[in-house]
Amino acid sequence: MSGATLDPRLNPSRAAPKKGMTLSWSDPRLRAIVWQVVIIGAVAAIVWYLVSNTNRNLESRHIATGFGFLFQSASIPIGESLLDYTPSVSTYGRALVIGLLNTLKVAVVGVVLATILGTVVGIGRLSPNWLLSRVTAVYVETLRDIPVLLQLIFWYGLMQALPGPRQALNPVPGVFLSNRGLKVPMLTWQPGYWWVLLAFVVGLVGTLAYRRSARRKQEETGQRPRVWPAAVLLLIAFPGIVWAALGARLAVDVPALRGFNFQGGVTMTPEYTALLVGLVAYTATYIAEIVRSGILAVPQGQWEAGGALGLHRGKVMSQIILPQALRVIVPPMTSQYLNLIKNSSLAVAIGYQDIVSIANTTLNQTGQAIEGIFIIMLVYLTFSLSISLFMNWYNAHIALVER
Amino acid sequence: MAEANIAAAGAAPLPARERPPANIVGPVAWARTNLFSTWWSTAITLVLLYLILRAGWGFISWGLIHAVWTVPQGANGPDTSSCRAAIGIGACWAAIGEKYRFMLFGFYPFSQQWRPAIVVLLFVGLFLISANRRFWRKELALIWIVTMIVIGVLMWGGILGLPHVAQDQWGGLPITLILATFGLALAFPLSVFVALGRRSTKLPAVKMLCVAYVELIRGVPLISLLFMASVMFPLFLPEGMDIDKLLRAQVAIILFAGAYLAEVVRAGLQALPKGQGEAADALGLSYWKKTFLIILPQALRLVIPPLVNTFIGFFKDTSLVLIIGIFDLLKSGITAIADPNWQGFGNEMYVTLAIIYFVFCFAMSKYSRGLERELDRARRR
Repeated sequence: MSGATLDPRLNPSRAAPKKGMTLSWSDPRLRAIVWQVVIIGAVAAIVWYLVSNTNRNLESRHIATGFGFLFQSASIPIGESLLDYTPSVSTYGRALVIGLLNTLKVAVVGVVLATILGTVVGIGRLSPNWLLSRVTAVYVETLRDIPVLLQLIFWYGLMQALPGPRQALNPVPGVFLSNRGLKVPMLTWQPGYWWVLLAFVVGLVGTLAYRRSARRKQEETGQRPRVWPAAVLLLIAFPGIVWAALGARLAVDVPALRGFNFQGGVTMTPEYTALLVGLVAYTATYIAEIVRSGILAVPQGQWEAGGALGLHRGKVMSQIILPQALRVIVPPMTSQYLNLIKNSSLAVAIGYQDIVSIANTTLNQTGQAIEGIFIIMLVYLTFSLSISLFMNWYNAHIALVER
Repeated sequence: MAEANIAAAGAAPLPARERPPANIVGPVAWARTNLFSTWWSTAITLVLLYLILRAGWGFISWGLIHAVWTVPQGANGPDTSSCRAAIGIGACWAAIGEKYRFMLFGFYPFSQQWRPAIVVLLFVGLFLISANRRFWRKELALIWIVTMIVIGVLMWGGILGLPHVAQDQWGGLPITLILATFGLALAFPLSVFVALGRRSTKLPAVKMLCVAYVELIRGVPLISLLFMASVMFPLFLPEGMDIDKLLRAQVAIILFAGAYLAEVVRAGLQALPKGQGEAADALGLSYWKKTFLIILPQALRLVIPPLVNTFIGFFKDTSLVLIIGIFDLLKSGITAIADPNWQGFGNEMYVTLAIIYFVFCFAMSKYSRGLERELDRARRR
């Protein structure tokens, strides 16, 4: 009973009284409210001023705001598109969708290639081979200190300086490199391929299930069954058998020179090739540094412990080092992916028609400056936010679960 | 006694050293461990050696042996036939010799180009002084302000007997340096306030405003901001008021840089132990005194290396202004070789431009890494 009165603060009747807000400048809560009102008010006033100016200017220039122009026919010539498009028949909306798809085409392929190249270079820089580590270091240090725009212009100049279709470079049979772009052979799609694709998906699911069961077995018995023979069987042999059973039809569309240009195959235009090569070469330097520092962040003892368990170097790398390094690698990697996507907007400088390029032409033709910029920003914000969300999810997925 | 031992050991003649066996040291052993340790490593070494020799020889043959260094002056301009003959075999460095003034200074009046040349030197001097830790004190801000004024006087002219040069005639390297340096100098204070706002717990509305600004800007490419500066800013202004294109691009770069720098500064604020702020509160310091005397001096010191790296990024990013038609170094260089006489010598120009950008960026990144190591050592002690 006397214990409760030892500390006066524990006595409810003597606790500090809850103060109401006083109208005094010395009350921090009042100050906070006043400051916020002042700052928000100032920002609102500036925005209101700009908006009213804009409205007046639009009125005097007779520009109607709104997105009605999206449904007008566009007279933008578009060189490469994944959708059907006819200039001065199709709408601006369709042209913008084509631009969006072109951006996605370069972004997705670029992210994949930059990740592969960056990882190879990053690991190469840590190689015990002196020459390899030097060469990769020089590559990283040089390319990251030159503006990516200059690199893109350089690659585009190089593509244009290539010989014409008749003297096209032919490094591998079926692949032609000329100033009309890169031509590669393409499988002609046949109805039976759907079944082969289905077989591959089934095989993939089977492999994943087998890997799961192998992991469970390893946890129970300590013995891990080999996964790769089953993977080869399910992923390669099974679709192969399905393909053979359907008549083993194979038709490859090989580009060939007819007249003044190539027929057949798949074309990567000079603009697309230059943009892709430039972005991949530039972004890979940053990814290489991230991978390198991620691997270096794993303590040396992990290598030694793996070796002591009798694992060989490749197994230590893939099973012990990389999973730990990934935790360091993933967050900065996200921002590099976003940088690559944002840098793909430089396409406008070399004439690849991505969303920025088409939106820019649209706003020049229609005068709808505000809407055009709004569309560009909306597209990139959507990319940024969705990639951030995905990478945050992935990061949480691989994060260390601490007990 | 221990000292006596050491003295005795020091006095005794050293035994003649046996040479280490040749298979552990020496160039052959070095090559064996570093280049040919396994068959895999040997294969990589051989392939790389082949590629390096081929590319290196190709470059030397193109850039040095078969290069054309000068061309004779004809009746109507230079006679470029010797360069034309060497296309594909040798570089035409004569194009650079002929065009370097335009590449560096753009449309700036030819007779007045010593002014931008001094401006470039002033910028380099300013960077060198700011890089030196001995000058990191209050006087540095004064040096910056004075240099900026001198640069403004030199570029614009109009006083002290210097003829006036309008802003649309500026071009080349000074524009790149101005955009990057002024961009950073003005974005930095902005970023500090944004970072403080984003960290504030008592002002939720201000915090939201700062978060929205930073995330919005970081989510869109710089190009969209530059387009905004070139086509939307004129709409924002009251009628009759017109702001120069260069200034509009500068504002876009400041807004862009502010968002990225704010994140760097915020990282510094977060890295600072909480006790520092609490101690300042306990001393009864006001918010601004606490921030400017206790928090910021320590937090900013932590983030100097990433600040330099961000600056390198902006230096490269200023090249994007070419898309809205401002004559920075890249645009001037590309325009220089658009001259019909010199068309087709793009690679020479790109190599030259790349070297200029590389020298600036590499020097800064070397410096930033050295600084990081130095600060790290000081912190660990």
